[in-house]
Amino acid sequence: MARTLIHLPHNPRRGEVIDIQTTIAHPMETGFRSNDQGVTVPRAILTRFECRFEGQPVFSAELHPAVAANPYVAFSWRVEGSGMLSFTWEGDHGFRQTETVALTAA
Amino acid sequence: MTVSARPSPAAPSRRSLLLAGAGLALCAQPVLAQTAMLEPELRLAVSRWCNGVVPVAGRITLDIAPLVENGNAVPVTLRVVSPMTAADHVREIALFNERNPLRDVARFMLGPANGRAEVSTRIRLATTQHLVALARMSDGSVWQHTLEVIVTLAACIEA
Repeated sequence: MARTLIHLPHNPRRGEVIDIQTTIAHPMETGFRSNDQGVTVPRAILTRFECRFEGQPVFSAELHPAVAANPYVAFSWRVEGSGMLSFTWEGDHGFRQTETVALTAA
Repeated sequence: MTVSARPSPAAPSRRSLLLAGAGLALCAQPVLAQTAMLEPELRLAVSRWCNGVVPVAGRITLDIAPLVENGNAVPVTLRVVSPMTAADHVREIALFNERNPLRDVARFMLGPANGRAEVSTRIRLATTQHLVALARMSDGSVWQHTLEVIVTLAACIEA
């Protein structure tokens, strides 16, 4: 399991537009680098990020090797109410990780 | 006795000429950046994403430091002027580069639920190059912002 960091404001008001910041520990190996033996390091990147609220899509991103290591993605969301926000990262070699955050709206 | 070399009032001084030159360079820069002859592969990637729609300059802003010291993790923010309502919102934002091994950087899918059309991330830049940011609206129109960034230390690609 990769370490993730999800930051959102505490107790936002319903209808308020909040910033959601996410990071995941991942090397985002491009597949263009070679090691000291001159052998190309195989590509291993995250290709997709998705955020859902109570199962409904909120935001998603398609990532390519040009995204820096430990991908940071920040976006906005208009708070619909209290509920579960889920964050899913998918990548090469079957990588898949989901984190959930319970949000309580004032 | 020495006399300071003052130019006659009619002749422009060296300083004013230099200033005018700098002013010209500053004025010309954004126009150049927008209409620069982009690398063919980048133009192809952009036109493929646009899917027949001709992009118009405006509405989207690519916010990035013009001078990048380290290309390994460069913060970028993409902002689009949009009310983000069900009737009028941003559907997708895409970012392309000119001189990394691949033209794609990232694509973001948005909707009215976002409330604000603003996305931030961190990218790799192999060298000094142009970046193209595009936004596709709910009405199908495509907006573009092209700019050049100078990279002093590249993202490691070879080693």
